[in-house]
Amino acid sequence: MAEAAVEPVWRSRGTGRRSTHTVRLRTSAALVAVIVLAVLLVPPLVRLDQQAVDLSAKLQPPSWAHPLGTDDVGRDLLLRCVYGLRVSLLVGVAAALAATVVGTAVGATAGALGGWADRVVMRLVDTISSVPHLLLGIFVVAMFRPGVWPVVASIAATHWLSTARIVRAEVLSLRSRPYIDAAVSGGASRWRVAVRHLLPGVLPQAALAAVLMVPHAMWHESALSFLGLGLPAHTASLGTLIQDARGSLLAGQWWPTLFPGLFLVVPTLAIAGLAGAWRERINPRRRSELTL
Amino acid sequence: MSPLPWGAMARLVGRRALFAVPVLLVVTFGVFAIAAASPFDPVKAYGGTAVLGADQETLDRLRTNLGVDEPFVVRWGRWLAGALTGDLGQSAVLRQPVAQVIGERLVWSTLLCAVAFAVAVVAGTLLGVLAARRPGSWTDRTVTSLAYVLEAAPVFWIALLAVWLFALHLGVLPAAGLTDTASEQVTAGQVARHLVLPAGVLAVSQLPWFTLYVRQGVADALAEEPVRGARARGLGERTVLLGHALRSGLLPVLTLIGSRVPELITGALLVESVFSWPGIAAATVEAATAVDFPLLAALTTLATAAVLAGNLLADLLYGLIDPRVKLDDM
Repeated sequence: MAEAAVEPVWRSRGTGRRSTHTVRLRTSAALVAVIVLAVLLVPPLVRLDQQAVDLSAKLQPPSWAHPLGTDDVGRDLLLRCVYGLRVSLLVGVAAALAATVVGTAVGATAGALGGWADRVVMRLVDTISSVPHLLLGIFVVAMFRPGVWPVVASIAATHWLSTARIVRAEVLSLRSRPYIDAAVSGGASRWRVAVRHLLPGVLPQAALAAVLMVPHAMWHESALSFLGLGLPAHTASLGTLIQDARGSLLAGQWWPTLFPGLFLVVPTLAIAGLAGAWRERINPRRRSELTL
Repeated sequence: MSPLPWGAMARLVGRRALFAVPVLLVVTFGVFAIAAASPFDPVKAYGGTAVLGADQETLDRLRTNLGVDEPFVVRWGRWLAGALTGDLGQSAVLRQPVAQVIGERLVWSTLLCAVAFAVAVVAGTLLGVLAARRPGSWTDRTVTSLAYVLEAAPVFWIALLAVWLFALHLGVLPAAGLTDTASEQVTAGQVARHLVLPAGVLAVSQLPWFTLYVRQGVADALAEEPVRGARARGLGERTVLLGHALRSGLLPVLTLIGSRVPELITGALLVESVFSWPGIAAATVEAATAVDFPLLAALTTLATAAVLAGNLLADLLYGLIDPRVKLDDM
């Protein structure tokens, strides 16, 4: 879901390549800034009720009064989308944080211990990854429904695996570095080596994985909510908005479906754009690898 | 082509089957453990509103009758023993044995996924080659950007927009179901017409991945020695592109094809429920909404088995196509 750079060929194209790069980075950064400001500032500053029902203005197409139109009970869609994005983003960030903490702990422990503990843990990670993510998420949510926390837990439970793999690989490569040997021969305890020397080296990769996980987690939340298994119907998340709009869509009104989806696509692209630039900075050698 | 290495293939399948047993055991155990840890109560799920006012004695008797008063490890063991004989329990929401639900619906899901996957592979390869031919060109940029946007777009949203455009606005394709509502029988022509939208949307959701990987593989191959050698021998651009670059560029894609099964299942879950397609993925959503544990447990296991089979298929393909890879080493 980020950069695909075909190095040898594009490098010869010189400055043109660099400028598209900068443009993409700046656009992504600006979009992320707008999104963050909107979800933080609109609710406290704009004195409009997103739940305000106005049946005389129901299902109006986009206009000056309602830039994105209104839904089937006359609620302003722009306002609903901002509130929905706020909920989806919050769930996404919470789930990504939880998954990163679990993944880093498991991956670092497996990598630092090595031996049979490492083999058992990584086998378990492989086993859990052979269940399709959304299906496992659906199962967890179905069992613990309803509420926000089961959704966050189900996303975290399915997303920590990749972080654990990344962190373990990084710990394994760090373990053989001279400065770790120096710390060990200097008499540092296992714990001290792990916390003071290994963890700081692993954190950039884990943080990058966490940022890339946010759009994933948002997608997951909206898919669950769309299926009617996620957030309760009265909570405006982007998934529940799209689910709510199905009735109007079948009656021919496209805008209540189109716009919440765009509110998912644009942040995803913006976050992926930012994270892609960051990844190139922290590991330039992997630039030519394709990551989705 | 040399004769197929049947012996090596059989040995690989055997090894993977041995590996699959512990994986399936752990997954089913996990499923039962999660259910046991959850607030979900099978008695209430079975009895519905009828048990709301029931006294404790009735509830306990019901619990014993359903066999849910035992620890989950015992129930897990009993479920496994039943599964080996083909008895996967009774689905409460569909009022059928679980094995029958799977048997009836598997064929429709397989049809949908197979058609979508084939379309995605063919279209993805075409677009990928088109983009890789001149990296950095307008064609390349358009294809690549479009692929990233499609990759970011949720498949259920694309599905709904497709319903609006093709079924409502243009009125050329049916919006949902397997057959027309008035029809009594399932005919091939009707199924084909109803398949176009779901399979098309599922293919579009898988397309970006193929396109980007083929583009990457072919563009990398175009910059390598064999291609330069081919060009130096004066071979035509078409021969170089299709005969040399595409062949080596497709190799990495082939290894990853089998690993797309989870994404395909995820896509099918959402597409089937948008289009009311009567497959197992749609049944999963119904089972989850109604907390139908026997059905959910069976479908989770089935999906895991499908993922493992996909991984095996990828390894087999890779070993057969790339002569440098030995099946016995995998």
